[in-house]
Amino acid sequence: MSEPFNNTTANDVAEAQIKVSHPLAEMASMFFRNYAAVAGLILLIVIILFVFVGPYFHPVDPFEMVWAPFSRPMEEGFVLGTDYLGRDMLAAMMVGGQVSMAIGLAAALISLFIGVTVGAFAGYYGGVVEEILMRFTEFFQVLPTLLFSMVIVALFGASLLTVTLAIGVVSWTAVARVTRSEFLRIRELEYVAAARSGSASDWYLIFKVILPNALPPIIVQANLMVGSAILFEAALSFLGLSDPNVMSWGQVIGSNRPYILDSGFTVAIPGFAIFLTVLAISLIGDGLNDALNPKLRQR
Amino acid sequence: MSLTQTIAKRIGWGLLLLIGVLILNFTLISIAPGDIADSIAGDMGGADATVIEEIRERYGLNEPFYVQLWRYVSGVARLDLGFSYFYNTPVTELILEKLPATLLLVFSSQILAIVLGTLLGVLAAKKPNGIVSLLVTFLSLFGFAAPVFWSGILLIIAFVSIFPLFPVGGMTDVTVEGGFFVQLLDLLHHLFLPMITLASIYLALYSRLARASMLEVLGADYIRTARAKGLPQRMVLYKHALKNALGPLVTVAGLQFSAVMSGAVVVETVFSWPGLGTLALQSILARDTPTIMGILFFSSFVVIVVNILTDITLRMIDPRIKAS
Repeated sequence: MSEPFNNTTANDVAEAQIKVSHPLAEMASMFFRNYAAVAGLILLIVIILFVFVGPYFHPVDPFEMVWAPFSRPMEEGFVLGTDYLGRDMLAAMMVGGQVSMAIGLAAALISLFIGVTVGAFAGYYGGVVEEILMRFTEFFQVLPTLLFSMVIVALFGASLLTVTLAIGVVSWTAVARVTRSEFLRIRELEYVAAARSGSASDWYLIFKVILPNALPPIIVQANLMVGSAILFEAALSFLGLSDPNVMSWGQVIGSNRPYILDSGFTVAIPGFAIFLTVLAISLIGDGLNDALNPKLRQR
Repeated sequence: MSLTQTIAKRIGWGLLLLIGVLILNFTLISIAPGDIADSIAGDMGGADATVIEEIRERYGLNEPFYVQLWRYVSGVARLDLGFSYFYNTPVTELILEKLPATLLLVFSSQILAIVLGTLLGVLAAKKPNGIVSLLVTFLSLFGFAAPVFWSGILLIIAFVSIFPLFPVGGMTDVTVEGGFFVQLLDLLHHLFLPMITLASIYLALYSRLARASMLEVLGADYIRTARAKGLPQRMVLYKHALKNALGPLVTVAGLQFSAVMSGAVVVETVFSWPGLGTLALQSILARDTPTIMGILFFSSFVVIVVNILTDITLRMIDPRIKAS
């Protein structure tokens, strides 16, 4: 029973040090300790499966009229009922979800690209460059985003491309601000000075040294942006400013809107789908925030 | 820099921003595909080439881009936003007619959201793990994730369709007769649902922010001092802590204002509220460019004014903020 107490060797010490886990693994374990975030992740996976795998099990054309209009859910053999043209709502939810998610992701990538570029250059160079770029950002903050993108879509035609561009072009300002403030902080750190003294180019410093270290808050922001882009697309479609030949959740709501007083379900269901998706994304965002910025957790 | 100097600088910058908005709008419309003269002719029920040419002459569409731009910008400087060929009315008149409705909706919902949000935030900060805190967390998740038109429609289904307590839309009921108070009550009756819908998003944001900000302030030394002096909890919370926690709230409320204007567009559409948002959507669908440009310009103007007011308010709340 008597285990010798003092048998710690240099080898053991080294082993204990090696056990310090990889930052990514640490981040993952932190993320998975947050139950709300895990619930969000599971919810999002379920929605993605429903939207992308569902059509294989329920191969109905969402544009085809299959029954009388406004059949209530579960009543006449249609799980989610039929819409104002008698089209299958379940199929519309699946196919519409693909479009909503794709637009959300693409628009978020566009605004991420603009925002990170503007913020990185402003924060890295400072001075006049920063002044001009941040004034530029302020200009876009003053424009009422939805109105501005409504105008873009109306002028250049409602297609998937213009809608995605219109959302991306108006929603990058928050990313730019976050990126800039991270760059302002990181560029003063010693490892940046070290890289600089090694005569690294500006380009190398911005994209290889500072940006990777500035990523955590940007990732959190990007994640939230997918959610708000989905909401944005839904609002545009609701107002009738979307491609009428493409089905998305917002488009289903917009086209069924005149009939809400009689058949509220045709609007409530796609709205609920958007709600669940954005909820899942923002729960994941909270979890990522905790896992990536442990210092902020006390707030 | 003194306060007046700062304000003057802000106003100057605001004017520059507005000119930027004008130029951007004008450029966008010029490079967009489609011909304005054609769409005017389309509204008239079609026209032949000579009439279209006359329209071009009348609206100066044949002149070079910079001449048209200059004419527009100098018109705006004289408060003339052009003429709407869809409504057959000067745009300035149209906007001023719809503006009160939008301002009423936007400000009432913002005041509601800020007051209620602050209150919830303070109560939540008092007990960080209590039931109000849970409510605030729940609210902020809901407020971010629920599409505003969806919550508006759900409210319509609940309070118009199932329990007919409120009117389905509009701003007044023409059949209501009576004195000032009866009219006012009717207006409030119509305002209630759209106001709640628009406020719900921001209630979520402000309550969460007020909670976080209060929690931070409550950890400060001077709060402990105030408590040690034996001040009642109420005084500590609402006088010492809240005043210092308001800063971030005011900043965010100011920054959010352009988003609030966007939200108003959707809410007005859901509830047929006769404001700028409804006008914007109608003129966009009718391709009535002078009106669209006028509304974009005007809402940017409102946002800039609110931002300047936010700055001034912040300085009044917190005298430590010096102009930088």
